[in-house]
Amino acid sequence: MTLLVAEGISKSFGGLHAVQAVSFRVADGEILGLIGPNGAGKTTLFHIISGFLPPDRGTIHYAGEPLAGLRPHDICQRGMVRTFQVTRPFQRLSVLENVVIGALQRVPHRRDAIRIAEEMLALTGLSEKARNPGHGLTIADRKRVELARALATRPRLLLLDEVMAGLNPGETDRLIELIRRVHAQGITIMLIEHVMKAVMSLSQRILVLSYGQLIAQGAPAEIVRNPQVIEAYLGEGYAELEP
Amino acid sequence: MIGRAALGIAAAAGLLVLPFYVPSTWQNLLITTFYYAYLGQAWNLLGGYAGQLSLGHAAFFGFGAYVSVLLQMHLGISPWIGMFGGALLAAVFSQGVGYLGFRFGLRGFYFILLTLAAAEICRLVALHLSILGGYTGIFIPFKPNPWQYQFQGKIPYYFIALALLAFGSAVVWLVQRSKFGSYLVAIREDEDASEALGVDTFRYKMIAYGLSAALTALGGTFYAYYQFYLQPNTVLNINHSVDIMIRPIVGGSGTILGPVLGAFLLELLGEFSRTYFAASLAGLNVAIYGVLLIVVVLFLPRGVYPSLRGWLRRVGGSAE
Amino acid sequence: MSLYIQAIVNGVLIGGVYSLMAVGLSLIFGVMRIINFAHGDMMVWGMYLSYWLFVTFGVDPYLSIAITATAIFLLGMAVQRGLVNRIVQAPHEMQILLMMGVALVMENVALMVWGPDPRRVNVPYALSTFWIGPIVFDLPRVVTFAVALILALGLFLFLKNTDTGRMIRAASDNRIGALLVGTDILKVFTLAFGVGAACVGAAGSLMTPLLPFSPSTGLFFTITSFNIVIIGGMGSLLGAFVGGLLVGVSESLGAVILVPSLKEIVSFVLLVAILLWRPQGLTGGRR
Repeated sequence: MTLLVAEGISKSFGGLHAVQAVSFRVADGEILGLIGPNGAGKTTLFHIISGFLPPDRGTIHYAGEPLAGLRPHDICQRGMVRTFQVTRPFQRLSVLENVVIGALQRVPHRRDAIRIAEEMLALTGLSEKARNPGHGLTIADRKRVELARALATRPRLLLLDEVMAGLNPGETDRLIELIRRVHAQGITIMLIEHVMKAVMSLSQRILVLSYGQLIAQGAPAEIVRNPQVIEAYLGEGYAELEP
Repeated sequence: MIGRAALGIAAAAGLLVLPFYVPSTWQNLLITTFYYAYLGQAWNLLGGYAGQLSLGHAAFFGFGAYVSVLLQMHLGISPWIGMFGGALLAAVFSQGVGYLGFRFGLRGFYFILLTLAAAEICRLVALHLSILGGYTGIFIPFKPNPWQYQFQGKIPYYFIALALLAFGSAVVWLVQRSKFGSYLVAIREDEDASEALGVDTFRYKMIAYGLSAALTALGGTFYAYYQFYLQPNTVLNINHSVDIMIRPIVGGSGTILGPVLGAFLLELLGEFSRTYFAASLAGLNVAIYGVLLIVVVLFLPRGVYPSLRGWLRRVGGSAE
Repeated sequence: MSLYIQAIVNGVLIGGVYSLMAVGLSLIFGVMRIINFAHGDMMVWGMYLSYWLFVTFGVDPYLSIAITATAIFLLGMAVQRGLVNRIVQAPHEMQILLMMGVALVMENVALMVWGPDPRRVNVPYALSTFWIGPIVFDLPRVVTFAVALILALGLFLFLKNTDTGRMIRAASDNRIGALLVGTDILKVFTLAFGVGAACVGAAGSLMTPLLPFSPSTGLFFTITSFNIVIIGGMGSLLGAFVGGLLVGVSESLGAVILVPSLKEIVSFVLLVAILLWRPQGLTGGRR
């Protein structure tokens, strides 16, 4: 079953064509990777899907319904939640309270929200830091708070924006594991990533964006051999080299 | 825990009997303190909890004052009822300003400017409307009648001011523990992140604004029937807006005790300057407010109460 | 018809001073991203200084520009060094509150020293006029406009051609880059604030022969400066300059079309209109 359908998405900022006629689908229950060189338009695409930016052209349908004109909070209520590339914890709130804000999306009472938040903290390994303030966390912890907070909204579709950035190999492995566990609970995931190890091991399918255009999509193994992809990342001339 | 409850009850009891044992000047001081603390609580809902700084709260205050007075003077409606009329109109006005501000994405500095402009427009319009007294202002005839919100002596006003403060603080306390309150704080911390987590930031900001405006208006009615004189340049000007916001900012925005502490501190400061700078140069008070703002921003950005609490925690090691 | 042309002419003439005033604000914002809430009050202090020099020593306001500009320049640097510098990294709300505090202090110290009554400077040639066709030109306004123009030009040349000026522009364009090439960023900030303040101090001297003023005039000038800078684009000096002329003209026309005493309302309504019409993202591309 298709959860998200994007058709002909375009967005320009003045003369800069950030996203050009991008179309893709996200199947229910899959993990879809989104890669591409810096400035390719990946985060812009996330902004558009999650309602922070209106597209100049194109439509998005989520669970069969159009998202046109919906604000980000409406979209979150329908089950799509995103994280931010540069983490944005609520600085003066505790880690627990950060996640409670997410949980309040689903339950009206703080009591229940706290319970859900504690579950999410346990899932992401942050239980011991529940009372820590939102500022002054390590980058790995910030990523986990961002994830826990998003998960607390009980999403169907989770958009992760460079959630592996800045982590050391050990932290990366643990986060990959965590994302697998989240996926196992039935949550569809779309992730923007530069850390190839993560993208390759997690994604069932990958979209490749370059200069705002979708230049390839397919299984990880196909993508790495795709000459256009190689060219986009490494420049002309590399595509002809033997792997 | 028991110790704190007992302390609280003792303090409350003390407050209830205090006015009977102090001279009139003290009564006035206390009334002013409670009343500004109450206004501070109202402002704090929007400014401290939701993080939207308003430099235009004098306008809502004015709605409360003028509407109740006009309803009484022209239609004989008791201010006890009229004050809700003022609160309602203030809330409506806030929704208008809020719509302009929040729909058009005005944040921070731009929102402050909008609130300032809105209040100044109110003031300038009021100066030109004869029904509001124009430049001369409105004198409210003193005819003591509890049903008409007018009392002999200060003691009834003391209890009304105290009741307002208790009510305002209770409202803030209830908000703070609710989902609404949690969302407001999230909006303050990071509006976009809140949106992403399903918080309808527009709606909650509007509610906070409306609530803050209505509460402020109730204070305006009290003022009208305590001072008996309304003039746009006193009631609606920027200095008055500063008066309203400086106490919670100095005391601790985003806390319940902050506005109360701020009101007490500023009242003490005012008394001090009145005693020692007896000539009471016009403008000295506000100049001192300016200095306070600077001091708070540089050294106590979260306000006196949170800094005090933090310091006490470090020194005493006590659990909260 | 000629009434409107007269209003436009007058608007342009006063717009010159507004431009100078706004350029100062824009410079401060452009370099430091600080919104100088005390801008109008600094101008009023310049006006009081100019007034005092005139009343005590008979110095013509146009001649005392050098003194007022220098005095406010030093004041600006002191404010920056002593206060603003400490909060450059603080959240915007804190910066606004700080400058609000400064504004309150400045306005009320002026109130304590001079009292609330409006002052005016009556230069001997205040009533001199000359005609071009049916349009009256007020000599003081023309001189003010001319001098404001010259000062603004001087500022542009300073920023463009001198080393110090280039440093300021570099820091304004790209703070990190400027740091990387060894710019003493603190010195640049202080200087920029000082120069911005000097602009507004000079503008004060220029304004003195034209209008009565009192401590509360400061807020009006502050709001007008904000209006201009938001229209012209926060941080854009040229935008501030053009904006100043525009605002001068619209204010002047507004006074003709509406009751003159509502002039202040016009500036606030204009502010609201500008705030709404110029969505945040388009304010000169900077924020």
